[in-house]
Amino acid sequence: MQELVDSLIASGLLPDTVPAWAHYLAAMLLFGGIVVFGFVLPIAGITTWVERRVMGRMQSRIGPNRVGPAGFLQWLADGIKNLLKEDIVPRAADVPLFKLAPYVVIVGFVATFVVLPFSGDLIIADMNVGILYVTSVTALVVVGILMAGWASNNKWSLLGGIRSAAQIVSYEIPAGLSIFPIVALTGTLSMQGIIRAQGPHPWQWFLFDNPFTLCAFVVFFVSALAEGNRTPFDLPEAESELVAGFATEYSGMRNLLFFMAEWGNLYVIGAIVTTLFLGGWQIPWALDGQPVLRNVLQFGVFFAKAYFFVFLAIWLRWTLPRVRVDQMMTMCWKYLVPIALVNLLGTAVWMLVFPEGVPAVRWLLTLGAGVALLAFFWRVRHHVVAAGYGLKQLSFNPLATRRVEW
Amino acid sequence: MGLAGFEVEIERSRNGGGVVTEDMTLNMGPQHPSTHGVLRFVVRADGEVMKSAVPDVGYLHRSIEKIAEKVGWHGFIPYTDRVDYVAAMFCNHGWAMAAEKLAGIEVPKRAEYCRVIADELCRLHSHLLSVGSMAMDIGAFTPFTHAIREREYLNDLFEELCGARLTFHYMRIGGVGWDLPPGWAEKVLAFLDRFEAMIDEYNRLISYNKIFVERLANVAVITAAEAIDYNLVGPNLRGSGVRYDVRKDDPYSVYPELDFEVPVGRGEMGTLGDSFDRYIVRMEEMKQSCRIIRQALRQIPKGPVIAKVPRNFKPPAGDCYVRLESARGDMGWYVVSDGTAFPHRCKIRTGSFSGISIIEHVSRDLMIADLVAVIASLDLVAPEIDR
Amino acid sequence: MPLDAARIHARLAERFGDAVSAPAGQGRDAWLEVRPERIADVAVFLRDEPDLAFDCLSNLSGVDYPKQGHIQVVYHLFSYRHRHWIVLKVNALRDDPVVPTVSGVWSHANWQERECFDLLGVRFTGHPDLRRLLMPEDWPGHPLRKDFVEPQEYHGISTSRESLLKV
Repeated sequence: MQELVDSLIASGLLPDTVPAWAHYLAAMLLFGGIVVFGFVLPIAGITTWVERRVMGRMQSRIGPNRVGPAGFLQWLADGIKNLLKEDIVPRAADVPLFKLAPYVVIVGFVATFVVLPFSGDLIIADMNVGILYVTSVTALVVVGILMAGWASNNKWSLLGGIRSAAQIVSYEIPAGLSIFPIVALTGTLSMQGIIRAQGPHPWQWFLFDNPFTLCAFVVFFVSALAEGNRTPFDLPEAESELVAGFATEYSGMRNLLFFMAEWGNLYVIGAIVTTLFLGGWQIPWALDGQPVLRNVLQFGVFFAKAYFFVFLAIWLRWTLPRVRVDQMMTMCWKYLVPIALVNLLGTAVWMLVFPEGVPAVRWLLTLGAGVALLAFFWRVRHHVVAAGYGLKQLSFNPLATRRVEW
Repeated sequence: MGLAGFEVEIERSRNGGGVVTEDMTLNMGPQHPSTHGVLRFVVRADGEVMKSAVPDVGYLHRSIEKIAEKVGWHGFIPYTDRVDYVAAMFCNHGWAMAAEKLAGIEVPKRAEYCRVIADELCRLHSHLLSVGSMAMDIGAFTPFTHAIREREYLNDLFEELCGARLTFHYMRIGGVGWDLPPGWAEKVLAFLDRFEAMIDEYNRLISYNKIFVERLANVAVITAAEAIDYNLVGPNLRGSGVRYDVRKDDPYSVYPELDFEVPVGRGEMGTLGDSFDRYIVRMEEMKQSCRIIRQALRQIPKGPVIAKVPRNFKPPAGDCYVRLESARGDMGWYVVSDGTAFPHRCKIRTGSFSGISIIEHVSRDLMIADLVAVIASLDLVAPEIDR
Repeated sequence: MPLDAARIHARLAERFGDAVSAPAGQGRDAWLEVRPERIADVAVFLRDEPDLAFDCLSNLSGVDYPKQGHIQVVYHLFSYRHRHWIVLKVNALRDDPVVPTVSGVWSHANWQERECFDLLGVRFTGHPDLRRLLMPEDWPGHPLRKDFVEPQEYHGISTSRESLLKV
C-alpha cells in the first residue's frame, strides 16, 4: 500500500504539497472504506445467502428463492427490513451497554480486515505483527458479547454471554498455540510474509510441511469454529435452549449486526486458515508484467480457498449437534491444548532435525490428502448411486429450483 | 401466576475464599423453543448445574374430560384427537374401544385391520416428530428436517385416508369412518420401501454420532424400579429395560395375529435407562411398525368397516378401563357410563403425565442443557399432560 | 403367577376383614371396594406381599356421583412381576372428601392425587405437596364436579363471550 502511494506521488498524480503521512492516511481510509463497504458487508450478506441455500439443499428443501434470481438478493431485503424495524430496548436493560454491545462486536470483527490480504499487492496494512494483531483484535468480541448478555437484563442472555466468554477465551489458547508452528517455520508474524514463505503447489503449503502442521491445521480450524460460535460450539446462541442466547433481547439492526459479525467471521477464519496453511494467494505464474491480471488471479485463488472453509463451516453446522458446556471445556483444555503443545514442540524439533524440511514427507502428505479426497468423492458417488438418484436430480445442487421428487 | 407455590429458599453458600454465591432461579417459561408444547419449568441452578427443575403444567388444560360429559359418545371423537394431537389415531381408538367394551359391540375384522394400519402409521408419524425434535433440541437441525420430510409423505397418506393431516377423526364407535381408498395400500407399501432405508440413513447421520451420543448417554438414568414406581410407559419404560408392551402382553384388536418384536433398551452406549436408550428404542420401534403395517396390508380381509351402532348411543351403566399402546406408551381410558347418551366420566391416563412427574426427581445435578435432552427423550407432549 | 380378583380379595380379607368388600363387576373391571381410612394400609399390603406385588399404580381417577352422595376414587393397580390387575374403589363423602394418600407407596400417585384434588376437591391426607396442578392456584371451585358453576370472570377477564353470530 505504501509503495503504491509513493509511486502515485512520484508520478505526480497526488499533490506533494500535502505531507506524505496524510496521503498514506487518506489512502488507507479510502481503501478501508472500500473494503468494508464493498467487500466485508456484502460478504457477510452473501454468506447468509450461501448458507441458506446450502442448508436448504442439505435439508431436502430449497432455501430462499423469491427475492432475485435463486434468492440472491434475500440478504439485501433482510438488511433493509432490519433497518426499518422498531428499535426495541427492554425497559430494565442497561441502556448504554445494551446499545454499545453490537458495535463492539462489529469492531472486533471488521478490524481484522486491516491485515487480511486479498492478493499480493492488495492489503490495507501489512503489519509486521499481522497474525498477532488478528488474534488480539478478535478478542474484542468477547467484551461485546458479555456486554450484550449482561445488559439485556435477562438470565438466559446472561447464561449465553457467560458461556460465550468462557468458550472464546478458552479456545484462544489452542488457536494461538497452533499459529506458533507456522510462525516458527517462517520466522515472521506478517501475513504477506507467511504467504510468501509458501508456494502455489499443495506440497509447498505449510499444511503438508510436516505431520505436526497438519495436526495444527485441524486444531486451529476447530478452535476457530469455537471462537466464531459456530456449531458444534454454538452454545452461546443455542437456539433450542436459550432462544438466541446473548442476542435474545436484540431486534432490528442491532440483531443483524451480531449475526453479520458471525457470518463475516467465517470468511475471516477462512482467510486466516488460507494464509497460514494453504499458501494464500500464491499462483504458479509470476506474471510480473501484468499487475492487473496477476492481482485478479491471486485474489481469485485466495477467495476460493477461503470460501471453501466457509462452506466447510456451513457443512459442519448443519450436520453436527451441539456439545454441552462442560464437554466443550473438556475438549479444549484436556484435548486440544495438549495436542497443540505437542504440535508446537514437534514442529520445533522437526525444524531442528530437518532445517530445510523433508520433500518426501511433503509429497507423501499431499498424496495422502489427495487419496482421502478421492475416497470421499467415491463414497459420495456410491451413496448417490445407491439412493437411485440420477445426476440430474442430485439433491445437493444449491441452485436447484425445485424439490427433488423421489 | 408468578412463583406462587414455588417459593424456594435462596441458598447462600460460602466457599473458602469468603465469596458468597446464590442460586439462580430461572424460568424456562411457557414460551420456549424446546419444551415440546406449553410447559413451564422453574429451574433453580447453580450456574449451569441445576439443583431442581419443578414443572408447572396447566397451560394447555382444555377440560377435555369435562367436555366428554357434555357432547355425548359420538360427538367426543373429534375431541379425542386433541388429547394428543401428535398421535391422534390412538386417542380415537382408545375412546372407541372403551365405548365398544361398555356396549358389548363387536368390531368387524376389516375395521380392526384398518385401525391397526392407521395406528401404526400414526406411531411412525409421532416417533418421527419425536426423534426429529430431539435431534433439533440437541442442536442438529438437519435430521429434524429429514424427519419432517418423511412425515410429509405420511401426511399425504393420511389425507387421502381420512381427509386430515393432524387431527384425524378417523375411527368411529364400532369401526372406522372410511374404508381404505383404492390404490392407497400400494402407496403405503411404496412409502415403507423407501422409509426403511431412511431409518438406516438417519441412524448413520445422527443416532451414533459421537457428539449426539455424548449428549445423551448416562444422562438422566432411570432404573427399572423407578420407572415402574412412577408409572412410566411405552418407550420410556422399555428404555429402562422392562419388556412390556400392551400390544404383546395385553393384546387388543388384531395384534395377536401380527408378528413383531418389542425393542428394549440395552444400555448400549451408556447406562441402561439413560436418554440414549429411550431414543434408540423409538428408532427401532419404527422399524417394527413398518413390519406390522406390511403384514396387516397383506392379511386384511374384506368386509364392512363399521358395525351397526345406533346414532343415539346409550351403553348400559357401568365402567371400564381400556388400554392401548400409543406412541407414548400405555394410554389408559377409564370411562363410566350411567346409561344415558352422555358419558358420566372419562379419565384419560397418558404416558406424558407420568413422564413429566419424574422430571423433578431425575433433574438433580443435571445441566440446563441436559434438561432439554431429558424432556425430549421422555417424549413429552403438553396436550397429553394437561388435556 | 397372576391371580384373579376373587383370590386377591381372599388375600385381602385375611388381613383387613370387611374393610375390603367382595369383588363386584366382571372380568378385568371387577373391583373391590375399600374403606377410605384403610386404603393406605391396603396399598402397602398389596405392594409388599410377594404373591401380590402390585408395584405399579396404573391409574387414579376421581368420579363424582352426586346422586349417591359420594366422590369415588378409583385405583387401577398392576403387577409387572405377576402380570395381574386389580381395581380398588374408595367412596369419600361428597361434602368433605378425605382420603389418605398413597403417594408414599407409588410415586405416580403424587401427581395423580394432585390432579384429583384440583379437579374434584378430594383432600388426600399425608400428601407431601397437595396443591393445584392444572388450574391456576387461585381458581375458585373444583371444575369436574357435577355442580360446578363456572365463575363469571377470572382476574377481570370475562369467561363468557357474546355470540359471534349476533349481528
